[in-house]
Amino acid sequence: MVLEDLVKIKERYLAQRKKFTFRVCLAAGCVSANSEAVKEALEKAVAEAGLQNDVEVRGVGCLKLCCGGPLVAVDPLNVIYQKVTPADAPALVAALNGAEPPVAKVDLAHPYFAKQLNVVLENSGIVDPDDIESYIAHEGYRALRDALRELSPADVIAIVTKSGLRGRGGAGYPTGLKWATVAKTKSARKFVICNADEGDPGAFMDRSVLESDPHRVIEGMIIAAYAVGAEQGYIYVRAEYPLAIKRLQNAIRQARQLGLLGSGIFESPFSFNIEIRIGAGAFVCGEETALIASIAGRRGRPRPRPPYPAEYGLFGHPTLINNVETFANIPPIIRNGPEWFARIGTEKSKGTKVFALAGQVKHTGLIEVPMGITLREIVEEMGGGAPDGKRVKAVQTGGPSGGCVPASELDTPVDYESLTRLGSIMGSGGMIVMDETTRMVDVARFFVEFCMDESCGKCAPCRAGTVQMYNLLTKIRDGRATLQDLQTLEELCEVVKNTSLCGLGQTAPNPVLSTLRFFRDEYLALLKDHPAQQHQSA
Amino acid sequence: MAAKTLTINGQLISAEEDQTVLAAARDAGIEIPTLCHLEGLPDVGACRLCLVEIVGWPRLVPACVTKVAEGMEVYTDTERLRKYRRAILELIFAERNHVCSVCVSNGNCELQNLAMKLGMDHVRFEYRHPNLDVDVSHRLFGMDHNRCILCTRCVRVCWYVECAGTKNVAGRGVNSRIITDMNQPWAEAETCTNCGKCVQGCPTGALFYKGATVAEMERDRSKLEFIVTAREKKQWLV
Repeated sequence: MVLEDLVKIKERYLAQRKKFTFRVCLAAGCVSANSEAVKEALEKAVAEAGLQNDVEVRGVGCLKLCCGGPLVAVDPLNVIYQKVTPADAPALVAALNGAEPPVAKVDLAHPYFAKQLNVVLENSGIVDPDDIESYIAHEGYRALRDALRELSPADVIAIVTKSGLRGRGGAGYPTGLKWATVAKTKSARKFVICNADEGDPGAFMDRSVLESDPHRVIEGMIIAAYAVGAEQGYIYVRAEYPLAIKRLQNAIRQARQLGLLGSGIFESPFSFNIEIRIGAGAFVCGEETALIASIAGRRGRPRPRPPYPAEYGLFGHPTLINNVETFANIPPIIRNGPEWFARIGTEKSKGTKVFALAGQVKHTGLIEVPMGITLREIVEEMGGGAPDGKRVKAVQTGGPSGGCVPASELDTPVDYESLTRLGSIMGSGGMIVMDETTRMVDVARFFVEFCMDESCGKCAPCRAGTVQMYNLLTKIRDGRATLQDLQTLEELCEVVKNTSLCGLGQTAPNPVLSTLRFFRDEYLALLKDHPAQQHQSA
Repeated sequence: MAAKTLTINGQLISAEEDQTVLAAARDAGIEIPTLCHLEGLPDVGACRLCLVEIVGWPRLVPACVTKVAEGMEVYTDTERLRKYRRAILELIFAERNHVCSVCVSNGNCELQNLAMKLGMDHVRFEYRHPNLDVDVSHRLFGMDHNRCILCTRCVRVCWYVECAGTKNVAGRGVNSRIITDMNQPWAEAETCTNCGKCVQGCPTGALFYKGATVAEMERDRSKLEFIVTAREKKQWLV
């Protein structure tokens, strides 16, 4: 494979394009709403109309507005139909001539779409995730070719550093710095790992990226491996994502067939292979040291850092570990240059962020927005606010490690530092909207229960502390608690936060602390010895 | 080997490079409480009792896995640390059924000693009183899960000193449990060599010699020390 081959594949693919294309969303959300049957029905309807030469029916990745699924986009009409059923297929085919079908269209001018800026998701809903040629036709593997043939590993690291990209797994560690650290470590063997063990309740960004555009992640990983000098990579993906696993396996096989994985990639001396490792359902395996232990075949338990994986990682060798979305940002950064990327976002948080917008909000689905956009724009404009005329009460970001941002703080810009100041975190991109009917003690209790179930049990404060936090929250919820219990809860949160071994325990109190900070009254109102309660009972 | 100079609680200390803060402190006669650390075993930093403050470091770090560095300024006994340690002990006491008055290790228990030393005189949390098994299937030893604090010393001694690999951890979170082989009764664990090193390593009354009654269970750590010294320093202690 050389540059000419890439160009040939692209030209051949583009030449085969038909006059019309139905793009049917085949990501997990729409598949669960029966979009595979819609695709079959469309193929049949096209055949029956005798339009096979003019119309292509393509399965694609996420078309973003999950609440409207199954979604079907039509090119070049520039419309997306929502809630399509197989019975609608003949009408959609007939509509290619300009007729108006009895199917609801998505308003593409709505802020939900208009405010999106797609970098990671630029191919999502456009390329066929099961076809490498479709990816190549959209500039796929071009960045890899340029990196391998025209840039030195140091150049690649310099570009990534200059772009200002920070880790999208949640903590926001500068990606270029991480790469440089692994590159500098002297070792005969190094590894690159893609962390696809997305486990936050309500989060599905990484799944969508893998289901929609798996080659982008693979390309990012190969470039990273070249930059740090690794020959073997692993993608650690949770077993609960069967569709993502299937598409990744297929993508890896296709990349091998074209020589984009294996030895002598793009006729350079560089070799790289990727294997998939499937997680067995432990949330804590998203923590990097636990993930590495799991890949090595051991119990998925975190260990104290340092040493960091960059020095001492998989099988004791230096290991670069990044999140799916981080790798997915790499090809466009190489292709368009670091200056282009650094122009997006805020001073300290560059680029875009993909969020899974869920909960009590009108428009749920996948969004990619530039950093620095306010939560209000996301929740009220893009999401359309809470349904049924209710008011938005809070937004939960960062999953069980994050916190609740109250409606009064919705003008906060979305960047790593601002969210941390509010006691929440950027996290990996889960965003759960809650309306006025939500009780914040229940929210805190839900997340603490999650952490309690998912605690690995290695360190005492997390193992025994999350249980006691849960017990105290249950007591408060049931109206059996006193002010003393609330004080105990707060003291316990401080202990668990400051003494736990890994990120899971260290952040487990965040949902409690942030709801206590902004919704303390709700806690107090439930206490037995609170003045308001005594007044009521008297 | 190069020496490093650091201060612990304001006291100037000289330590060997590669030494942990815990080892350097103990050499200097400064005691840092631990429950999962045992001389000769690889450290896991799990009990979190040896957490110390280091000036300029953002988080508390476990002394057992933190290497000394030149000019490091360590504090091992601040008010904050004492508060956290007491709370962790409270959590451990509330987690399972630690009833000293009926325990074989009463009077010789590291957990009990630490609680007294750190002034943990009451528990703020509700006792969970879990219903746990006692495995007395083995001919010589018993395992009482009620008294286990999951420090994993027995697991590590079994894997790294005896190299039998019989003991392990099953389950997760608060449901974690020490198991033998594939979660069989101890007597049926074929890999067990009956060496008893796990019993010697246990800090509480969880592992005991059969026949020991209340307060009779004393441990002889010199046996472990003998093997570890022989292996690491090639010296036979007499």
